[in-house]
Amino acid sequence: MASISMRPCGDFRTRYADDTTIFPDRAGRNWVIVGLALAAAAPLFLDAYWLELLIRIGYYGIAALGLNILVGFTGQISIGHAVFFGFGAFASGYLSREWAVPVWAAIPLAGAWTAAVGLIFGLPAARIKGLYLAIATLAAQFILEDFFARAEWFTGGVAGSMAAPFEVAGFALDTPERFFYLVLGYVVVLYLAATNIMRTRDGRALVAVRDHYLSAEIMGVNLTKYRVMSFGLSSFYAGIGGALYGHYLGFVSVEAFTILLSIQFLAMVIIGGLGSIMGTLMGTAFMVLLPEAMDGIARGIEGSPIYEALNLQVGLNFLKEMAIGAAIILFLIFEPDGLAHRWRQIKAYWKLYPFSY
Amino acid sequence: MDTFLLQLLLNGLIIGALYGVVAMSFVLIYKASQVVNFAQGEFLLIGAWVCWALLAQWQLPFYAAFFFTLIFMMAFGILLQVVVLRPLIGEPIISVIMVTIGLSIFFQALLKWIFGVSAQPFPPIFASATINVFGLPVQTVYIMSLAVSLAIMGAFAWFFKYSRMGLAMRATASNQQAAQSLGISIRQVFAMAWAISAMVSAVAGVVVGVVNGVSSALSVFGIKVFPAVILGGLDSIVGAILGGLIIGVLENLAHYFDTKWLHFGNMIGIAPFYVLIVILMIKPYGLFGTKNIERV
Repeated sequence: MASISMRPCGDFRTRYADDTTIFPDRAGRNWVIVGLALAAAAPLFLDAYWLELLIRIGYYGIAALGLNILVGFTGQISIGHAVFFGFGAFASGYLSREWAVPVWAAIPLAGAWTAAVGLIFGLPAARIKGLYLAIATLAAQFILEDFFARAEWFTGGVAGSMAAPFEVAGFALDTPERFFYLVLGYVVVLYLAATNIMRTRDGRALVAVRDHYLSAEIMGVNLTKYRVMSFGLSSFYAGIGGALYGHYLGFVSVEAFTILLSIQFLAMVIIGGLGSIMGTLMGTAFMVLLPEAMDGIARGIEGSPIYEALNLQVGLNFLKEMAIGAAIILFLIFEPDGLAHRWRQIKAYWKLYPFSY
Repeated sequence: MDTFLLQLLLNGLIIGALYGVVAMSFVLIYKASQVVNFAQGEFLLIGAWVCWALLAQWQLPFYAAFFFTLIFMMAFGILLQVVVLRPLIGEPIISVIMVTIGLSIFFQALLKWIFGVSAQPFPPIFASATINVFGLPVQTVYIMSLAVSLAIMGAFAWFFKYSRMGLAMRATASNQQAAQSLGISIRQVFAMAWAISAMVSAVAGVVVGVVNGVSSALSVFGIKVFPAVILGGLDSIVGAILGGLIIGVLENLAHYFDTKWLHFGNMIGIAPFYVLIVILMIKPYGLFGTKNIERV
């Protein structure tokens, strides 16, 4: 498993402050600012298709970050993240529809509500761990999925339900350009929040629970509290991501939150790098862009013999699913620390150029 | 007792025996190589589709097709262990779990791609007759499936009690280092465990396929296996069989109560998972499991 303390050669730290800083060097901070500026200007030069992809990366990225807090930072595996994502989407739609809560308030409320549900399902996590926890969350996935399908007052049942568009003082964020800024804002705030949580006492306690829970307990870390808290935090992120998803699409249906989505979230976290916050965003981008790239390739070779031989007309969807599975397997075997690790190596290579090895 | 309940109980026993067989092969892998195999259901699926292809498309007689399916699954199990699982020995448990999940969706999608999404019936192999059991009409294929399950369980018992390989596998499960020092090849044991597990699952897959037709719904067995093994204890083969039987009967009972009184719908699919959560809360090592799970 990836550990944050793994640093490339030549990156020395001499003070404690170096270890807790968000940006280890000025260049890194400047690059983040440049990246943010580029993202903020993105609607000026990107068309609706790319914006739609960026929005998707945004809301999935928020939910995936929640999973990374749970899996990467606390070492608790969850195979039911998609239902919490779905719960957020349904909850926000329900709050704005039935209780007439304005959407800007419904999104954080949905996050809090999902966090509460996550805490309930996190209670078994206080007692069990490892693969038993994986199996328990698998059961949670099926139980909540079943609940979504039958709770018509909450989710509209199998028919699904509508979610109101985002509106502030009569100004509707109904185009991808406008909604993009909302998602961007949430991504920046929540990613910064996660970075800072990991620098606090509580965040370090989570990492201690992951690295050696016995030592952590001896040092006075309350295991039960932090395991359950990690579940709540992760569900909060999932709920916010889901709420954004719901209000963006305007329609939420049970079918979106199957175990396949849970596995995709896990894939994002693993490909990005367990225990890496920026890596989560990279992993999400990878998982969102991979099927799009396959679509593009398939369109490019449409009509050619290869296209016919592979029966891509029907087979492309299955190929995309296979690609998810293959990506998980290949990354775990060849790059278990994910894209974040690879990125650090690339940075170190150029930092020490031409004396790197 | 009305006949509906009796019918459901009988169904539960028959399906439960199949759960037991799949759970047994799941436990086999877990015991031998400490891998939680989330792709167990796909083993059934692959076995059933290969056998179906040999029968329906290559027009082989059933016994030949069945034999070649077993050979194929043995090679497949060994290959999987050597290529995918062996590099992960010593990695944290989450990586191993994730790899088998990855395998699961990979093969599920692959089989949908090759064979399509619609269910395909097996060509009729046995004359479909019905016989009476306790006054209930039961199709012979169901009896056959029960017989096959029992035969597999018997073969397992013999294998682990008397055969050299079986003893080596038990020794490995009990203490890897001691087994290695006695000259047992751990690599061989791991590969063997996967091969046997794949073969046994494939037999279960073929049985279900003969009864219900082959479709991706078969991989549900791989999910239902979890309630069974957790109930029985994750590292107990007897527990797996009993757990399978109990879950099979229990889900049919849930279905009975549901149709009679509750009217929730879909209880047959979801009841085992409620059971699973309850067991994990009160008795996480199951009925027969080794009680060394760490509590906090």
